[in-house]
Amino acid sequence: MPMTYTVQFINLLAAILLLIVFAMLSQRRILSLINLFAWQGLVLSVSTFVVAYSTVQHHLYYSAALTLLLKVLVLPWLLHRLIRKLNVRWDVETLINIPTTMLVGIALVIFSFNLATPISELSESITRGLIGIALASVLLSLLMMLTRRKAISQVVGFLSMENGLFFAATSATHGMPLVVELGIALDVLVATFIFGIFFFQIRETFDSLDITHMEKLKDD
Amino acid sequence: MIDLQLTALLLAPLLGGLLLTLFGSRNWAAELNSLMSFCTFAAAVALTVRVVEAGPQVAFNEQFFIDQFNVFLVALTAFIAFTTSLFSRPYMRIEQDHGRLSTPMLHLYYSMYQLFTLAMLVALTANNMGIIWVAMEAATLTTVLLVSLYRTPASLEAAWKYFILCGVGIALALFGTILLYFAAERVLGQGGTALLWTHLNEVKGELEPTVLKLAFIFLLVGYGTKIGLVPLHSWLPDAHAEGPTPVSAVLSGLLLNVALCAVMRSKVLVDGSLETHFAGNLMMGFGLLSVVVAALFLSRQKDIKRMFAYSSIEHMGLITFSFGMGGPVATFAALLHMTVHSLTKSAIFFAVGHAVQKAGTQQMENIRGMLQISPTVGWGLMLGTFAILGMPPFGVFASEFLIITTAMHDHPWTTPILLAALGIAFAAIFGRVQPIVFGETTARRLPHPPALLPVFAHLLLVLILGLYMPPYLANWYRQAAALLG
Repeated sequence: MPMTYTVQFINLLAAILLLIVFAMLSQRRILSLINLFAWQGLVLSVSTFVVAYSTVQHHLYYSAALTLLLKVLVLPWLLHRLIRKLNVRWDVETLINIPTTMLVGIALVIFSFNLATPISELSESITRGLIGIALASVLLSLLMMLTRRKAISQVVGFLSMENGLFFAATSATHGMPLVVELGIALDVLVATFIFGIFFFQIRETFDSLDITHMEKLKDD
Repeated sequence: MIDLQLTALLLAPLLGGLLLTLFGSRNWAAELNSLMSFCTFAAAVALTVRVVEAGPQVAFNEQFFIDQFNVFLVALTAFIAFTTSLFSRPYMRIEQDHGRLSTPMLHLYYSMYQLFTLAMLVALTANNMGIIWVAMEAATLTTVLLVSLYRTPASLEAAWKYFILCGVGIALALFGTILLYFAAERVLGQGGTALLWTHLNEVKGELEPTVLKLAFIFLLVGYGTKIGLVPLHSWLPDAHAEGPTPVSAVLSGLLLNVALCAVMRSKVLVDGSLETHFAGNLMMGFGLLSVVVAALFLSRQKDIKRMFAYSSIEHMGLITFSFGMGGPVATFAALLHMTVHSLTKSAIFFAVGHAVQKAGTQQMENIRGMLQISPTVGWGLMLGTFAILGMPPFGVFASEFLIITTAMHDHPWTTPILLAALGIAFAAIFGRVQPIVFGETTARRLPHPPALLPVFAHLLLVLILGLYMPPYLANWYRQAAALLG
């Protein structure tokens, strides 16, 4: 594959990644949200694979495989199991003000591109333009965590943020050292398990997974 | 070589975690917990003696790095982890007798306590900035289920907040680490060495300043969430108030320090690259804001553990401010303040824990006359409060005095703000604690004698540090301060 096609292909994947984050931001159904998260993982894995192929970085193949395993198979499977057990599979969340959220999202994208410009100029990597997109997807996931009221959507936002960070690592550099990547993957996996335990504890105590019940602790 | 001591230091809590996962529900789990914590402490002492004598060293293929700065935190962490395990033995038994905790919950507590110690020690000793991040995240993961140990609605809310906020914060720190790696890769080349702090420190002058500037902002905001710097502090009072008291003691006394250590490692690199006071100014700003906001919030608290949590925010702000000023005296003062704050605050939490058990509530207006029912708890709380408020002759006075005189010399405009904040904090805390200690009581006797040895051991150390600084220790602090610049 000639170099230019590779670059274009990675750019296309990055655009899809950004689109998926926007889709997640406006998605009301929990089941679809988890599916979107799995798609995001797939795009991430493919783009890591393409970077690995074009730059001949062998350890990136491992991280592409790790992403495929963890973020496309294991985590979505765990989340699916959780929502089945919690019986919230068909839950629909009422989101207020989707247009406003979208506008804030666009502003965040512009902000990220501005912030990333000086870094992109320094990068010699073939994927230099993508740091802005990576930062944008991190911030958009953060926005999603802020606007959501259901515990599960917040967790999907958290995981999607981690995806954005991973994309930053492969696009700005050629991926973090493998030992660090393994450590991060382990942390994310353990975090998902603990989130799962939490869902049950929260439901047992509040009879719902709505975190609006959990706004009692305040300084008065 | 320090391989042996380091192996022992990390193996003891790992083994403790495994053993307590297996045997955590036995009657002797509390003793085993203390024993393993003691082993960790012994290994930390051995490591400290070695490093203070022989200077900074790397170990295990350069993956770990120990110098005078982090070994001091290792010693402090292991010591307080040990004394807290001594305190938690009777404390948790009383909680069990009061019916607030069950055996499976205690099982979880003991195994997570050891793994939490392990995560903190790895975060302190790791040389790889990426591994430091992984260990910091692991420290959150091990404590989050401890904060919700009581399974009350309030504790679940606190734990969820802690998890989400620290998760977001730590994600930003990861972005900072990625940027740091990006800058380092251009100088050091690809592969494992580009994230090793010792290598980065050697080439810090060549790292790209614009990238490092941005990286430091992300690292400070990210790890700053864990330090509890305002405006990222909102998880801290909740987690301290709703979790079991031993967890409050180790969060306040240890975890905040560990996060600050990661920030200081980053600051050394950024200072070397930028050669301006950018990082220091940022830290001074965050620190000053934390001191002021925490002091204002202190007077509005009704819950005793919440009040002392705000006091932790105030003191961490003061330490961050002092590190931000930089220079040998301010850094020395910050290191001293870290030591005395950790010792005093954990001692206060021990005394508060027993006072709350006796009164049966955390609401300060219902806790009265501790001196009548138990003079030792009452005096422990009173002396601890004196110490944390910076009364002479305790060590906190010495470090605060140094910080304020340095501030007066270098940044005179900050002195009135700091003094006013300390004054407000004094009035707020003293006014609340005084009736708790004196006055008429309705409190009850406890089924097990409280553990007060740790309280007075900590306070005695703080008193000694205030009256007389052993030359050995002063020299050690000076060397650590020189490393941080």
